[in-house]
Amino acid sequence: MTGFRPSDGAEAEQVVAWAAAEGEALEIVGGGSKRGLGRPVRAPHVLELGAIAGILDYEPAELVLTARAGTTMAAIGTALDAAGQMLAFEPPVSGGLFAGAGSPTLGGVLACNLAGPRRIRAGAARDHFLGFRAVNGWGDGWKAGGRVVKNVTGYDMGKLQAGAFGTLSVLLELSLKVLPRPETSASVLLTGDDPAAAVAAMATALNSPHEVSAAAHLPAAAAARSAVGAVAGAGRGVTALRIEGPGPSVAFRRAALAELLGAAGSIAEAESATLWTEIAEVVPLLADAPLLWRLCPPPAAAPALLEGLHAALAGRCLLDWGGGLVWFAPDPAAAGADGGAGRVRAALAQTGGHAMLFRAPEEMRAAAGVFDPLAGPLAGLTRRIKAGFDPRGILNPGRMHEGI
Amino acid sequence: MLRMPAPDQAVLARRGEIVAALRRIVPGEGVIESEAERRAFESDGLTAYAQAPMLVVLPQTTAEVSAVLAYCQQNGVRVVPRGAGTSLSGGALPLADGVLLGMGKFKRILEIDEANRCAVVQPGVTNLAISEAVAGRGLYYAPDPSSQIACTIGGNVAENSGGVHCLKYGLTTNNVLGIEMVTMAGEVLRLGGKQYDAGGYDLLGVMVGSEGLLGVVTEVTVRLLPRPPGARALLVGFPSIEGAGECVAAIIAAGIIPGGMEMMDKPAIAAAEAFVHAGYPLDGEALLIVELDGCAAEVDHLIATVAAITERFGATSCRASTSEAERLLFWAGRKAAFPAVGRISPDYYCMDGTIPRKRLAEVLGRMRQMEARYGLRVANVFHAGDGNLHPLILYDANVPGELARAEEFGADILRLCVEVGGVLTGEHGVGVEKRDLMGTMFGKPDLDQQQRLKCAFDPAALLNPGKVFPELCRCAELGKMHIHAGQVRFPDLPRF
Ligand SMILES: Cc1cc2nc3c(=O)[nH]c(=O)nc-3n(C[C@H](O)[C@H](O)[C@H](O)COP(=O)(O)OP(=O)(O)OC[C@H]3O[C@@H](n4cnc5c(N)ncnc54)[C@H](O)[C@@H]3O)c2cc1C
Repeated sequence: MTGFRPSDGAEAEQVVAWAAAEGEALEIVGGGSKRGLGRPVRAPHVLELGAIAGILDYEPAELVLTARAGTTMAAIGTALDAAGQMLAFEPPVSGGLFAGAGSPTLGGVLACNLAGPRRIRAGAARDHFLGFRAVNGWGDGWKAGGRVVKNVTGYDMGKLQAGAFGTLSVLLELSLKVLPRPETSASVLLTGDDPAAAVAAMATALNSPHEVSAAAHLPAAAAARSAVGAVAGAGRGVTALRIEGPGPSVAFRRAALAELLGAAGSIAEAESATLWTEIAEVVPLLADAPLLWRLCPPPAAAPALLEGLHAALAGRCLLDWGGGLVWFAPDPAAAGADGGAGRVRAALAQTGGHAMLFRAPEEMRAAAGVFDPLAGPLAGLTRRIKAGFDPRGILNPGRMHEGI
Repeated sequence: MLRMPAPDQAVLARRGEIVAALRRIVPGEGVIESEAERRAFESDGLTAYAQAPMLVVLPQTTAEVSAVLAYCQQNGVRVVPRGAGTSLSGGALPLADGVLLGMGKFKRILEIDEANRCAVVQPGVTNLAISEAVAGRGLYYAPDPSSQIACTIGGNVAENSGGVHCLKYGLTTNNVLGIEMVTMAGEVLRLGGKQYDAGGYDLLGVMVGSEGLLGVVTEVTVRLLPRPPGARALLVGFPSIEGAGECVAAIIAAGIIPGGMEMMDKPAIAAAEAFVHAGYPLDGEALLIVELDGCAAEVDHLIATVAAITERFGATSCRASTSEAERLLFWAGRKAAFPAVGRISPDYYCMDGTIPRKRLAEVLGRMRQMEARYGLRVANVFHAGDGNLHPLILYDANVPGELARAEEFGADILRLCVEVGGVLTGEHGVGVEKRDLMGTMFGKPDLDQQQRLKCAFDPAALLNPGKVFPELCRCAELGKMHIHAGQVRFPDLPRF
């Protein structure tokens, strides 16, 4: 094994050009925190991008930040904080959720297209990805998009790179849309153990004009683990709805929403921030969860999905995105050798949506598959797309599917 | 003059046979052959170009679209999809040897799903019809192109259209959850759905904005949002473009993302005011409309904050709307800017570049110099929040040479946008209009990679060829690997 640690984009291109010529596969690594996401990559070499770091251009008033792929999320966060701005998709970045050690980098966050609770309002990482420089599996440096917030010149290649888990190109430099951090925030809390009632309440809130920016439901076991007293002490399931904005607006909407829903109470900025970080990072609420599924059903179908899951498998769960994101941690003993893949996918087939085996031992991820199996014309198209970017299959081979 | 792919004489010679075959797929009036009726489709919103298609086909079902495309693929017939034909970049310009695939009969709203906050609609439904259908529930579809009464959601998906509210609420791409599409081979795919994330490559993401080159959209699931409870607007006059530009930056730096933030320059203000009498101040160089939406507590708070900011940047007038009628009046001039300019000039040519906002004054200044060089005037409307410029070049098509000069002027403006760090198009698409300028923004490896994506969807380059890319796609050549083992040196760099 060779571990390459290029110090700039040109060196990274050299490595990939060599690998392309020789047909030598590379595992692409940023900080390494998400190495356990996706199927295990079997590659003789590692291309580590941590040294290709640094913010290249950041002008808060333009709402655009450009940085090298290996820039840590901590560094990005510091710069954004100083200007009162944020990545609105609220990516999970502190440890815990990802099994790997190492600091999350900007390139890794985009490659995995992760987003936190604000996704329902602000979109996922993909929605904030404006442009990039990269090297493809041909060994060619290439770029797409731009450094302005509005651009439709050519295909939207950033969308394709976001969520491609490094299988189409190695991202070297990225431009993102950034937004002002809300002046303040608060959360309204409801209590109750029935997921159907919780999802219905979240739908009422999200369809109301009160601009709810996050909506999650914590079953009693998860709520009990929260560091926020009002949540942990509820003794039942807790549904939380976040509102953000200028002070007078938050004060008004907090009261209006609580009244609309007959809420049990509400929490102010500091506690609200703690709670939503816990929800974004998932793991604190689901204890150490050795097995974790990330399921995206149509939000209103979440209660039916939970019924199906619980009928098939013992496990704990957490609902975010108004029900559109179900974290499910099956009991390892009940799940069996495939991590419950067969039963989880069967339950999801009843409601529609997407499943990802987010956290599991390496052998299980290799055997059970991490993403929904490709079928029909989508399988052929996906392979042709992969071949168009990486004809010899040298970039993170097998990370998403066999051969992809 | 615009160069389009040379018509395939062999296809033209088989026209009768092709008509007969397509009539078996789309019966009755769904296949249009007569010269007069084909002429109705010869242009889209970029009216400088016209070309009647070989045939027009108006399918009604996904199965028909699939069969038409499969037939065309097998028979080497080119296809151009079309929605309402309002594209301003010539995206729906027909080909002389091609089938124009009109999606106008896909007009049904299939489902309004309040619990999942989305609607499932056919691609020929107009943008505005979606919002109208859900208005009774307090919901709406956010992207609102000025053409929204006419343009279709299928066209919006193909162009990734925006609107005056997209800084806060996003473009089409941020508001579409799923589509059903048909590839040139006739394969039907469903991408995304009512859920937020889908697994695998984000093909939905690349389909949005693909300008009809990758597939035909046959169904769209759009995200619905609750309508903001209220909105007020500020109408602010500035003595200089610089002042207005700095004011916009300061509003954003203060942490405010307005629902809409539009700027107009002096010629655009004059034309709009003469047309709608909205009470625009005529003495300044720039006019800013800032709309704040949300609950009354938020709107009133932000109106006061923004008004205070405008004073710091030398605003000569600042009026806040006090009624819904007044807010709409403030917008009336901006919304009618295109027709208003149409009244002061026989023709106008609408450009669509985006620039980093801080370069605004410089770009408008250089545009003034170009006006002298080209002997043509420009009126500017500007999505100020996101840096998207719409210079309207005034010309008279009846004066020989003026159209060509207007086009050359427009190309120069777009080159300038790229030079200052911006892009060729913010929301109207590349189409045929900016196709030959792609090289100013992208190098060969960039365009090759885009073309290889096209090859994965449409290897024979039959779907909307001649648009977006200066060269037709040659997939066989692009698919060859020109490097060989042993020829690239082992990289000599730090290892671990
Ligand atoms: C007065 C005026 C104002 C405008 N204002 C705005 C504005 O504010 N913001 C903005 O973004 N745009 C604006 N536009 C541009 C235009 O309205 C948009 O690009 C719109 O989305 C085009 O929709 P359409 O249905 O007319 O599509 P068409 O013009 O018919 O087609 C546009 C492109 O989409 C493709 N296409 C159409 N339907 C499908 C389908 N079902 N599947 C695959 N491909 C398809 C076509 O091949 C073509 O490439 C304006 C245009 C006019 C005339």
